[in-house]
Amino acid sequence: MNDQNGDKVNIAGSLRNTLMISLIGGALVLAVILYLVVRTYAAQIAQSTQDRILSASVTSILDAAAIRNEALSVELPYSAFSILSTQADDRFFYAIHQDGRFLSGYEHMVFTETPNGQMKFYAGRYDGSDLRIATGSRRLVGANGQTTLTVSVAQGQQSLAGVLNRISRNAGLLGFGFFALMTLLSLWLTYATIAPLTRLAASVQRRGPEDLRPVAAPVPAEMAPLVGSLNSFMRRLAHSLDQSEEFIAEAAHRVRTPLATVRSYAETTLQRVDKLENRQALRAMVRAIDESSRAAGQLLDHAMITFRADHLRRSKLDLAEVTGDLIRAMRPLADMKDVDLDLSATQQVWIEGDAILLQNALRNLVDNALKYAPAESVIQIIVSDDPANIRVQDSGPGFPQDEIPDLSTRFTRGSNAAETIGSGLGLTIAQDVAVAHGGTLILTNRKEGGACATLSF
Amino acid sequence: MKFLLVEDNVELANAVISRIKMDGHVIDHAEKIEDAKLFSDTGEYDLILLDIMLPDGDGRSFLEHHRARNRNTPVIVLTARSEVSDRISLLDLGADDYMTKPFDHAELQARCRAVLRRNHGSSQPVITIGDVRFDPVAGQVLVQGTPVKLRNRELRLFELLINAPNQIFSKQKLFDRLFSFDDDVSENAIEVYIGRLRKHLDGSNVTITTLRGLGYRLDVK
Repeated sequence: MNDQNGDKVNIAGSLRNTLMISLIGGALVLAVILYLVVRTYAAQIAQSTQDRILSASVTSILDAAAIRNEALSVELPYSAFSILSTQADDRFFYAIHQDGRFLSGYEHMVFTETPNGQMKFYAGRYDGSDLRIATGSRRLVGANGQTTLTVSVAQGQQSLAGVLNRISRNAGLLGFGFFALMTLLSLWLTYATIAPLTRLAASVQRRGPEDLRPVAAPVPAEMAPLVGSLNSFMRRLAHSLDQSEEFIAEAAHRVRTPLATVRSYAETTLQRVDKLENRQALRAMVRAIDESSRAAGQLLDHAMITFRADHLRRSKLDLAEVTGDLIRAMRPLADMKDVDLDLSATQQVWIEGDAILLQNALRNLVDNALKYAPAESVIQIIVSDDPANIRVQDSGPGFPQDEIPDLSTRFTRGSNAAETIGSGLGLTIAQDVAVAHGGTLILTNRKEGGACATLSF
Repeated sequence: MKFLLVEDNVELANAVISRIKMDGHVIDHAEKIEDAKLFSDTGEYDLILLDIMLPDGDGRSFLEHHRARNRNTPVIVLTARSEVSDRISLLDLGADDYMTKPFDHAELQARCRAVLRRNHGSSQPVITIGDVRFDPVAGQVLVQGTPVKLRNRELRLFELLINAPNQIFSKQKLFDRLFSFDDDVSENAIEVYIGRLRKHLDGSNVTITTLRGLGYRLDVK
């Protein structure tokens, strides 16, 4: 992701993804465990149900056995087998042994000893069927001593398998339902957790570059340190920006006030002095003062503009109006040189820009034109649209043709500028302002003579 | 004209005062906003020159006070701060114009004129000499009742001469007033402007006399 200035942001993972993956992953594991537990528990219950039925069957056969007339009599009660009937028509078998001897039933099915009175359950296989077998025994006492009767009843497991299948399916459905519900819940939870972050990011992003007010919207406690740092960052930035502006203004004040004193005195003195050398010295002094104050002014303006170009205070403005205001302010200056400022701005030209910077750029261009324009000439200032541009044309000597590409670089002055006062920053400032507005400064010489500087946006 | 200068730097204030007095104007000086308020509330001024950084606050607060009292004496702000940072807000607050220090007195004068012309108010009287009338604020010259269109330098030259008729002005003096310090012209350029003025005054009883080696003088026939 790139931020507004195109600076790379180092991204490691995503809170949203991490949260979502762990929540959904957790839900999946839980769903599987739920499925397994339910299925196992249900299978155990089903098995114990079958075991109880088998046990009842065995018990009823054992109970029906008796010694009559010194002989063992075993009757197979109808109920002993009727309870074994299942929906799946599971086969069932039985075997009755007396003291280990086969007595009745399916002979090779099974024989196990069991302690008296205790039921034993186990799995077995007979005649191609998986069986569940219950074996119980009973000791019978007669006149001829005692005898041990062992009864085994086996039942096929198809019905149980059916039940297990049904249970598995239901457990599966249960697990899946749980998973689906948890997934929805995870999505919502993720959204709800990330939402304040997203809101904060959006509100910070929505701000203009010079909006350095602290974030006031409520944020969750966990985000408070981050937002606190952000606010303190912005406060410090705003403070340091203010300080820079203040510093530049203060520096200008300190430099220019004494210069103004010297200049005023020099001017006054000039009026009182007649000797040519003294007059020349005073004029040279004033020129030097003008040069240094202009240089100081332009350096400070340049600093301010460089510093402002990073966060332009853009607003929708009419170039024609901005230009008109400036030309009005500069007219007395032009009048003094008997130069006419001819403004031609017939239509409104709307651009997004910083009026102060634009006027400063334009002031430098008009200043330049005033410097080089011959007395009683006309400087044309033309504002036009498509693309929005301001042209400043004079009828002075024009730019030295081969130096045009270098003229707008810092401190370069034209070779024919030797006699005029200027620091060489004027065109640089105009160019910087144009670039900050996404435009250009184009310098050309007019066919009919004179320079033409165009700020084009 | 009567000026009020609000400036805390005494050195600069003295320099400005002596320069302005040289042009025959009257000027009061206030070092603080408090004093400036007192002066402007009690005195009548044609123009106020206001520094923006003052020891007891921002010159802007004086502007607010001044405008709140509905005084329409024009105010020209003298600022030493960066134009880029201050300009707009000054004009928004009701300053009529502004100049950055150090300033050219000729430009200050030109701006004062422009501001006064816009405000239609000045105690400067219309000067009449012979059959020529001169309105310094409007910058208008009437020769035998007919307006004559003079360019700015011609006008300033005429003003110098008409303000002190019968006084001799050296070429240098006139040159100093007419050309700025970066104008690269010789003092002989004055002759051109004198020639033009004479042409404008053709037919009137006001003439400009050349006194060889001394300078020029305005005379009424």
